[in-house]
Amino acid sequence: MADAPVAFATGGGLTLNLADDVRQLLTYHFMVNALVAGTAVAVMAAVVGWFMVLRRQAFAGHTLSLIAFPGAAGASLIGVPAAWGYFTACGLGAVVLSPASRGGRARSAETAAIGTVQALALGAGFLFVSLYHGLLNGISGLLFGTFVGIADGQVTALIVVAAVAIALVAVAGRPLLFASLDDEGAAAAGVPVRALGAGFLLLLGLAVAATAQITGTLLVFTLLVTPAATAQALTVRPGAGLVLAVAISLLVTWLGLGIAYFSPLPVGFWITSLSFGLYVLARAWRALRGGRR
Amino acid sequence: MLSHEFIRLALLAGTPIALACGLVGYMVVLRSEVFAGDALSHVAFTGALAAAAAGIDLRAGLFAATVAVAASMGLLGPRAHADDIVIGTVFTWILGLGALSLSLFVSGRSSGNGAGGVHVLFGSIFGLGAGEARLAALIAVGVIAALIAIARPLLFASLDGAVAEARGLPVRGLGVLFLCLLGLTAAEATQAVGALLLLGLLAAPAGAAHRLTVNPYRGLALSGALAVGALWLGIALAYSVPSFPPSSAIITVAAAAYLASGAATRLRRREVSRLAGPTDP
Repeated sequence: MADAPVAFATGGGLTLNLADDVRQLLTYHFMVNALVAGTAVAVMAAVVGWFMVLRRQAFAGHTLSLIAFPGAAGASLIGVPAAWGYFTACGLGAVVLSPASRGGRARSAETAAIGTVQALALGAGFLFVSLYHGLLNGISGLLFGTFVGIADGQVTALIVVAAVAIALVAVAGRPLLFASLDDEGAAAAGVPVRALGAGFLLLLGLAVAATAQITGTLLVFTLLVTPAATAQALTVRPGAGLVLAVAISLLVTWLGLGIAYFSPLPVGFWITSLSFGLYVLARAWRALRGGRR
Repeated sequence: MLSHEFIRLALLAGTPIALACGLVGYMVVLRSEVFAGDALSHVAFTGALAAAAAGIDLRAGLFAATVAVAASMGLLGPRAHADDIVIGTVFTWILGLGALSLSLFVSGRSSGNGAGGVHVLFGSIFGLGAGEARLAALIAVGVIAALIAIARPLLFASLDGAVAEARGLPVRGLGVLFLCLLGLTAAEATQAVGALLLLGLLAAPAGAAHRLTVNPYRGLALSGALAVGALWLGIALAYSVPSFPPSSAIITVAAAAYLASGAATRLRRREVSRLAGPTDP
């Protein structure tokens, strides 16, 4: 992390020759780490996010992503690696939220419970940060992400987590899809709907904890919701939708990291703007094609 | 404690803000619009930072951003309710703009260290000036008055939109107006507890009130009282434990009230079933 600004200073500028620019990007170890970790996270976030959008659990997902913040802040307070804090906090958050979040037609009292959990988590995070007396720049790194400080060990951990998450989705995908689209029918057919719901929240917590390490806790949604929402605006078929979500998520991550390297503006801004632009285009295309069915 | 100027200013501004949060929050929970409140709190962050980056008064950006986004959410959404996924997508992008404003703001000042952003995110009720506190209190009183004025038709429209519409109530207009009030409240509460924590002041007292009573007027009053109580206790707590930031203390008290309301409801239910005697044959 310490040598990153030096790398920026000596990195030269944009040469408008794509091959040269990419080669220049890949000469820096921190940039390779960011791209590899970003790829793993983008694939996982798109797959898990596609199910989250389908299940209308955006609010629960957002709350889980904010719970990552006290996790990371608490970890730096007691001096353990931030990744542990991310995963512990998000796992605990998923367990706490699972009774309150039934997805879809959530009753008003349930949304109040989710909101309370979220605010309490953020309050705790702020307390940890002020107890830590750390640099205030640390906060904006935790909240808005940083891609220059990803260590080798963290890259390996993120790849393993992504592989586990995708394997879980591959195993439980069919019943989960059934339960998400028609929970009563699935329950009648003997699918363990409640267990699947709780399991999915845990998986969501895992994905959020991993994504937050790249994008920061506030911008997790840019990889979790936006690609999935774009894909679901374009196609209703599950297979095609999942592939499309992964493709959009990868494109946005690579372009965002690449542009952020050459520009002084933060990576979070680029990734959110690119993915939001694609979403607007998808909605416009669907509106032109004749709107809602 | 009351001999300190900053505590008196915090109470002067905080009490009406908390009351507005409690009342508006009750309606937010009733209308299942907590996620919209969450989104508006993030919009508040971007608005304030964009104003800071542009070098104009923070509060101008704060109010302009939240009210504009609240109104457009109401106008675009079906039946003046906004869709979860649309909210999620839009506010993520707005937060991205917030990150941009933060970096512009920090790089634009020689001594910049992100402290301004942190204040907006987590609030600093002990740092209010006299003029700021008075203005915040005035606006909060205005929000409270407006909400009380539309409380009856709004309750009707929220509980049974179809019947209210048939009776000739402007349900859509009420929805948009209410979202604008929510936007104003979000901008107000940002000054007290910060953009990230104001959801606690909106959701926790209201959630507790909804658990404790089904009577809407009693619920409104209870929600407002709980929010004000949380603010007062939180300020006292933060004053007596200096390492406890006031925003965290206020939210902790509010969340504790919500948890306690759950326990109280469970106890009461057990009492009722015990008094009713064994009903199983």
